[in-house]
Amino acid sequence: MTDLELLERDIADIGEVAASLGLDSFPLHFEVCPPQILYTFGAYGGMPTRFSHWSFGKAFHRMKTHYDYDLSRIYELVINSDPAYAFLLEGNSRAQNKLVVAHVFAHADFFKHNRAFERTNRAMLETMAQSAERIRGYEFREGRERVESFLDAALSVQGQVACGLPPEKPPGGRAEVERPPETPYDDLWSIGEEPPPPPPKKRPRGGEEGDLLLFLSRRARDLEDWQRDVLEIVRGEMLYFWPQLSTKIMNEGWATRWHRRILRELDVPEEEAWEFARMTAGILQASPLRPNPYLLGMRVFEDLEARWEHPGGRDREELRLAGGEGLEKLFEVRETETDQSFLRNYLTRELVEELDLYLYRRVGDEWRITERDWEKVRDGLVDQLTNNGFPMVEVVDDDHGHRGELYLLHRYDGRPLDLRHLERTLSHLFSIWRRPVYLETVLGDQPAVFRAEGEEVRRV
Amino acid sequence: MSTLNFSLSREDWSLHRKGQQDQERHQAKVREAIRRNLPDVVSQESIILSDGARVVRVPIRSLEEFRLRFDEGKTTHTGQGRGGSRVGDRVAVEPGRGGAGPGDEPGGDVYEAEITLDELAELIFADLNLPRLRPRTQPQLGTTGEEFRELRRVGVWGNLDRRRTLLENLRRNARAGRRGVGDIAREDLRFKTWEESPRQETAAAVLAMMDTSGSMGEFQKYIARSFFFWLVRFLRTRYRQVQIAFLAHDATAREVTEEDFFHRGESGGTRCSSVYELARRVVEERYPPAGYNVYAFHFSDGDNYPEDNPRCVERLRELLERVELLGYGEIAAAPEGSGLLKTLAEVRDPRFVAVRIAEKRDVYRAIRAFLGPAAEVGSG
Repeated sequence: MTDLELLERDIADIGEVAASLGLDSFPLHFEVCPPQILYTFGAYGGMPTRFSHWSFGKAFHRMKTHYDYDLSRIYELVINSDPAYAFLLEGNSRAQNKLVVAHVFAHADFFKHNRAFERTNRAMLETMAQSAERIRGYEFREGRERVESFLDAALSVQGQVACGLPPEKPPGGRAEVERPPETPYDDLWSIGEEPPPPPPKKRPRGGEEGDLLLFLSRRARDLEDWQRDVLEIVRGEMLYFWPQLSTKIMNEGWATRWHRRILRELDVPEEEAWEFARMTAGILQASPLRPNPYLLGMRVFEDLEARWEHPGGRDREELRLAGGEGLEKLFEVRETETDQSFLRNYLTRELVEELDLYLYRRVGDEWRITERDWEKVRDGLVDQLTNNGFPMVEVVDDDHGHRGELYLLHRYDGRPLDLRHLERTLSHLFSIWRRPVYLETVLGDQPAVFRAEGEEVRRV
Repeated sequence: MSTLNFSLSREDWSLHRKGQQDQERHQAKVREAIRRNLPDVVSQESIILSDGARVVRVPIRSLEEFRLRFDEGKTTHTGQGRGGSRVGDRVAVEPGRGGAGPGDEPGGDVYEAEITLDELAELIFADLNLPRLRPRTQPQLGTTGEEFRELRRVGVWGNLDRRRTLLENLRRNARAGRRGVGDIAREDLRFKTWEESPRQETAAAVLAMMDTSGSMGEFQKYIARSFFFWLVRFLRTRYRQVQIAFLAHDATAREVTEEDFFHRGESGGTRCSSVYELARRVVEERYPPAGYNVYAFHFSDGDNYPEDNPRCVERLRELLERVELLGYGEIAAAPEGSGLLKTLAEVRDPRFVAVRIAEKRDVYRAIRAFLGPAAEVGSG
């Protein structure tokens, strides 16, 4: 029997076990590929058909270098589509492949059933291939440099999309500023001095204002069709990735929980059982600088399953749990939650303490633990996951000062923006909007407005 | 329960080169960014002090992927200990915090590209040349030597071309209907063979002169050192047999080793005429104009004894008659030029190029002023 035939038989066995345990995935296509290719896919967000851009080349180089120096290793990669695709690293041992295949079946189950993926384009591979083809065409027509720099600009705000319902407004919002009456001669007063930043006028746009990419693709005045298309492509891809980003902890936890469960059902020689244990231990390493999604997710799932199966006194009382509902609860949670609600609802005091989670921040030149209180740690972690870690920005005015300038508001939540990145991003935005762009944020508890015109960005 | 539905395959991925193509594009952009930043790169400490490191790190701002993002240094992150962590425990030290995720870029600062010193030198030297280099009769300076040009079926084992040999083997196996490499036979062997190409050769000598007097501060020495670092590298990569003499001076001048030239500090007053005098003697004794193109470069803070100035001009003129180029770099931190540059400015000779250096970036300007295309034009 060849290796490939052997692998095929293993996949069949594992798939059967997975199905018997209640996992249900889209049809799966497995593909064995060399590291080079797996890392290429990894660099393109897991999507082999995605458009070309130097930043993916940079990511590819980094991942490949890590692989070459044995710093990190991707064993597998799953694409959320119907059918789902899974890529296995050529050179995986038989035991490695078994573990990976079991892991993959659980991921594919999660993609199919978690509600965050309800609206996912399951034919994204084809969509991306078509987009990439169109972008290639634009490069041919408009010149590579031009398309590339426009992509640079579009990618700089790729996190500013709104997936699903617009999030609620933070309490307070921005302070309204008094505005002097306007006269046709206002300009005269400011001859020879900087135009004062006139306060923006809010123009609601039915949801678009919270989705910068959508707003730009529809409202930017001076764009050519291909540029609007590029903005839409970048937005569409981010919307595809969005639910993956917001269920990373759950999804990895789910897959880890299930690969361990499935492997227990397999009849394997002792060496393989050892290898499973070794690999799983590797995956579950704690990291001092960020929570390990495999470990955190798996422990939360295990814990809630145990609580619903054999509730303790407090859970019986407060949650009125009867017991015996562990598995049912497990499947319900995988269907209805995303990372934020998952952790808010099920990360308990006992888990925070067991996992030794903490909050830390920079103190001088060092990074130190600043919080161990379990509720604050949980809430801190949940807050960091808001909007998948992207700052929330909304369009306040697209005809600012009646000069067609764009005024954006960062919804400040206590976390200041990185100014170096802010400046360059605003420059990028100017290149899309073609007129001055403002961004209002908060610096050191004071409102701060930045203005970009071309390369020049300054605080006004 | 769904019926099990899966497939498995293993395709030929050898033509999938997207990752490499985008990586090449990224590297091209890195090179372009470095080229645009040469004035800053050239005088970077990490490079000048790299002491033989083959790969250097060059910060490149334009190749970061800029995004709206939170300030890592001012926000709270979550981490995980191995049990018993306490408030106040240190989890990492700047820069970098190591690894990916938050703090992906070291210190949240600039993206650093890695480039080999040779590649960097190639960018810097792209259009530099020793000006007025003319064929001379004497000890020869070759710009290239023998080259491997031909492939033969017999040869010295040391010159076996492994790649070509494997290719031949692969080809022969394919003809016989076998896949892959194997059974390498005598007929597969290919050897590289060199060829000597006679060429016009030119000889050059360079006099590196540096003021090491007490008034030369850290900054001044650093600038001079940066310039000579690149000059030496330039000469050694471009011309195979350049002679370089290192002359250090304060009130008196002496010839020193390369090592001492760069590393020994001196003290005392400054008499620049002394080094011009020594340079002239070195040229007369060792590098007669009939056999050599001679290039002299002198770096000083210009803080010369005023009474030495007239003598300096005189010695400089004498030296100029024996060299193709004399580059003088005056490194001043103060805004106004000193006496020496003002004095030397009266020397109007196409072979004399003076540059005032006020900041690190000017090192690149000096290199270009002395060796760049403009220097050629200046020669008329």
